[in-house]
Amino acid sequence: MCSLALFPPPLPYGQTTVCESNNELLSGSSTEDQLKQDFSPPSLSFPRESLKLHSRTENSSKAAFLDHSETLWMRSAAAWRDGGLTGLLNEITNSHPHVPKWLSMSSGCILALLRWVSSFHGSLFPHLTLSSEDMIAEFSQVLNWSDCVVRAFAWHPHTDKFAVALLDDSIKIYNPKSATTPTLKHRLQRNVAVVQWKPLCASALAVGCQNCLLVWHVDPCSLSTRPSAGCAHVLSHPGHAPVTSIAWSPSGSLLLSASPMDTAMMVWDVAAESCVPLQRVGGGGVTFLSWSPDGSHVLASTPSALFRVWETRMWTCERWPCIKGRCQSGCWSPDGSRLLFTVQGETVIYALTFTNTPAVPSGTSKGPHAAVVVADLSETTFNTPDGDIVVGGEIQSLAWDPRGERLAVLLKGDPRAADRSPIIAVFKTRVRPIFELLPCGFVQGEPGAEPRLMQFHPNFRHGALLTVCWSSGRITHVPFYFLSASIPRLGPSGSPTLPHVQERPADFANQSLFTELIS
Amino acid sequence: SGDVKRVTQIGRSRFMDTLVICWRAAASIAWAVLLLPPSTAIFVFLSKFSVLHPIQTISECFSMLTSATAIFSFILLCGVIIMVGFLNFEYYTVIPTIACSKIALFGQLLHPRQLVNSLVHCIMGMIVAWCSAVTIGFRYETLGHPCAQTDGYHQMCLNEYHLILLLGGAFVGFSHSLLGVIHNMNYVSFHTVQQYKYLRFKGCLPLVVRCSATQALYSVRNFIVVYYFLGNSAHPLDSIAGLLDLSLLYHLWISATFLLFTWYIMLLLFRIFLTEGYSFPVQSSFTEDADHCLPKVLTEKQPMLLKFLALQDLALLSQHSPLRRCEVFSLSQPGGHPHNWNAISKECLSLLADLTQRLVAYHDTVATNGRAKSLSSGKDFMSPRPTAFMKTPASVFARSIAGGQQSPLTAPFTPDLDSPFMSPALRRLAAPVEQGSPWYGTVQSPHIMRRVPKLWSTSTEASSQALFADSQAHIWALEGLSYLVQASFSEDQFGVVQTTLPSILSCMLVLQEAVDRHFKLPHASSKPVRSTSSMGDSTYKTLRFALRATLKTAIYRITTTFGDHLNAVQLSAEHQKRLQQFLEYKE
Repeated sequence: MCSLALFPPPLPYGQTTVCESNNELLSGSSTEDQLKQDFSPPSLSFPRESLKLHSRTENSSKAAFLDHSETLWMRSAAAWRDGGLTGLLNEITNSHPHVPKWLSMSSGCILALLRWVSSFHGSLFPHLTLSSEDMIAEFSQVLNWSDCVVRAFAWHPHTDKFAVALLDDSIKIYNPKSATTPTLKHRLQRNVAVVQWKPLCASALAVGCQNCLLVWHVDPCSLSTRPSAGCAHVLSHPGHAPVTSIAWSPSGSLLLSASPMDTAMMVWDVAAESCVPLQRVGGGGVTFLSWSPDGSHVLASTPSALFRVWETRMWTCERWPCIKGRCQSGCWSPDGSRLLFTVQGETVIYALTFTNTPAVPSGTSKGPHAAVVVADLSETTFNTPDGDIVVGGEIQSLAWDPRGERLAVLLKGDPRAADRSPIIAVFKTRVRPIFELLPCGFVQGEPGAEPRLMQFHPNFRHGALLTVCWSSGRITHVPFYFLSASIPRLGPSGSPTLPHVQERPADFANQSLFTELIS
Repeated sequence: SGDVKRVTQIGRSRFMDTLVICWRAAASIAWAVLLLPPSTAIFVFLSKFSVLHPIQTISECFSMLTSATAIFSFILLCGVIIMVGFLNFEYYTVIPTIACSKIALFGQLLHPRQLVNSLVHCIMGMIVAWCSAVTIGFRYETLGHPCAQTDGYHQMCLNEYHLILLLGGAFVGFSHSLLGVIHNMNYVSFHTVQQYKYLRFKGCLPLVVRCSATQALYSVRNFIVVYYFLGNSAHPLDSIAGLLDLSLLYHLWISATFLLFTWYIMLLLFRIFLTEGYSFPVQSSFTEDADHCLPKVLTEKQPMLLKFLALQDLALLSQHSPLRRCEVFSLSQPGGHPHNWNAISKECLSLLADLTQRLVAYHDTVATNGRAKSLSSGKDFMSPRPTAFMKTPASVFARSIAGGQQSPLTAPFTPDLDSPFMSPALRRLAAPVEQGSPWYGTVQSPHIMRRVPKLWSTSTEASSQALFADSQAHIWALEGLSYLVQASFSEDQFGVVQTTLPSILSCMLVLQEAVDRHFKLPHASSKPVRSTSSMGDSTYKTLRFALRATLKTAIYRITTTFGDHLNAVQLSAEHQKRLQQFLEYKE
């Protein structure tokens, strides 16, 4: 099985994907070719040069000043404050002539012992030796996070506004219906890893960053462009940093947060600013969280080859050991019955099926016994007029549109090879009555721009809208126009407009990649 | 005779429900007793541990644990645990009593009921200390020891090491009881996250260990200071040098930690068992069980815990179980009336309306107070207000009996706030009292404020906390209603919810307005400081924020589900406008 071979070949050089219409991906030579639509979210661009970046970190500026006129006590206190126990021991060991020899000797010994123990601990869980910035980059859903201008992106679940976190640690909120774009800045808001809006709320935005979790309250009616730091609530717990993933419950009542440094996953009651740690040994931390849209399950992956699926009624979990590597990304079908996930080091997408209904008391419901491979994305060579293009490989992240009809897969590519740049592959999916996966095509941007981050619009009326953040700092929206094949929408908008879908006689469009067998 | 039968039936099912609570308390005590042997073994090991003779320590521990005195003191410890569990059961409350001023807190501490509690804790502390003294052995073992007098007589002298341990135990027990009042340790809060009892216990265990160790440290420090100043200086121990004996300090600390640890474990188990979800039947085919069903239990006032459990069950069933929701939406047979839904929605709406009324009344009083200030600025505020003074402790006593006897849902306030909830006529009569009420001082000009004793001033933040003390009930009512309304969009076959939709929406919108207005008051939106390293549950301090968030989410849940259909719902123009704000996500 080599699924990518069934895809239409990538676009020739210079062409960008504009939209999907009539069951085929349309391309244009520039972004101005966008079709006229009744809803067009702003296509933004953040050139790297326009951002004011911190040229150096706080620690490195210390050396530029003259000091050492303080007493040993003052220096020790400062070292304790800045660097904790190791900092204090370091200071005592290094200020040799001022302290008795036995003290500097013994502190040196303790320091060496501490280092040995931590290196032993680190050899068990190698990720613990990373700095917090590297750790975010390692476990983020964003490709090449540390070099990314747009570090996080989030659509509001009910309206057309979205939040963008930038490299300079600010967050901007864009609303097509409003002229003001509030910019959120906070002293503690550094190295934003993830942002997410609270469901069933107009204003709350949760931000996971290097040292803590922030929940901003951005009044949608306010005209202020710089909400004060008082609008943000800081949620922190000792040992729970950096936060690499957060997830609001679909009912908007709880917020989950995860840190690779902490084996406990936090369940926050944001209004009360209280948290319940859900501790499980094994794994060495929690890296990625995904709450199923029906609210019944949560996927929590760890830095080791193990992930857990929690049920949210009594908060018990199933352990899922992987063979090769850690679970890199995952997404849920709209009804919460199916989980797709990818594993680091493998080029396939797995699926798990959950059949328990909420009526059955938990504990009696049986989860699946093994994951099924639904797609193989191993490397495939396409012969194009521009030469051979290799597509495929490891997967960075998955995104499933809220109706369950399009699945976007961000492929990592290979940074060393020029012809194997990252690319987004899109599948057509069907969840009911049986799970099906069909090829749709590749989404490509301007020449030289690599996709870094993608998300589907949560309530796009005419199909699915994929928002892609590119390495050039540009944010574009690719609409997929289709009629929902599943249940007709009961929504207040009435019956959908007439379809003008003609089955294209192309050979690949009807070829099913994966069809579930009904036993 | 039919009436009598009915009364006995109600009594029987009420008794059955109360039995559930008693059963849970008993189970928690049983588990605490079962956990006593391992904790005692650890205590024995730690108290006898010596770095130089590790093997000797272990053999000593074994011989100790199998001796007769150990078994006797273990039985004593079991008795103490059962007693502590009983006290927990007797004094627990689901609605915290919040002292709005220092004097109110003082009144709580001096209440006879509280004094009895302190005395019992004191005695039990002493018993535990005796047990640990016997266990540690060595120089602590007996109260008297033979000492040689100068004239050759052998006489029994007081063993001060034993005494200091006993007094230390009594002191720790007493301070535990005092801190219980200050930190509202008898308050049982419900968790937003449902977990199995074992997992919850496991998750809280590190906190208990940390809390008991730190609290023991503080208590021992205070005890040493008290002992130094109050002790008889003729004794050798009552000197700085004598008290700075490291081994003595360690033994004092470890026995205090042991004492607090066993008590905290009891408290933790009690809370976990009591707040576990309980599933009430929504309806029953037998008439004698009808009083045991959810709609009936919801409307009951007593015991409060049962009402809370019923509300929690409502919130959970509305969220998680379609089958039970279906029963809520069902019609009665015969007759075809939606009795279940009517009873549930009526009770929830009355709870919410009650809160709205309370908030409006509070706001009105604050506003009148502001006006009263300008009228009476020339008066002398220094003279004590006899009425207020007499009133304060008395009402505190009346209230803190609350546990289960009174109906706290309507009056969970400290007396300073009683005035806002009187009828307007009564309020006019009580006008002088109101002027002299403690929190009147807070709105005075600064130079008068300075002269008002600190003791009297009430923090507006505390009064705001008191106003929302029982808001957990409102939060569940809001969640239950909103989830049921959301589910009714697809599950309600007979349209029973539609008829109450206007009243639900207007009730929520009125409450929303009152809450918004309340949060505009000074201090109402300031976040309280949270103490993490205490066994006292401080959830009640942030209940008003949780209520505000839940209320908004509840309205949004209804508006997102129904969308533009809501335009067809009969509402006043003002509410219609407000609802439009929610529909456009502008709130």
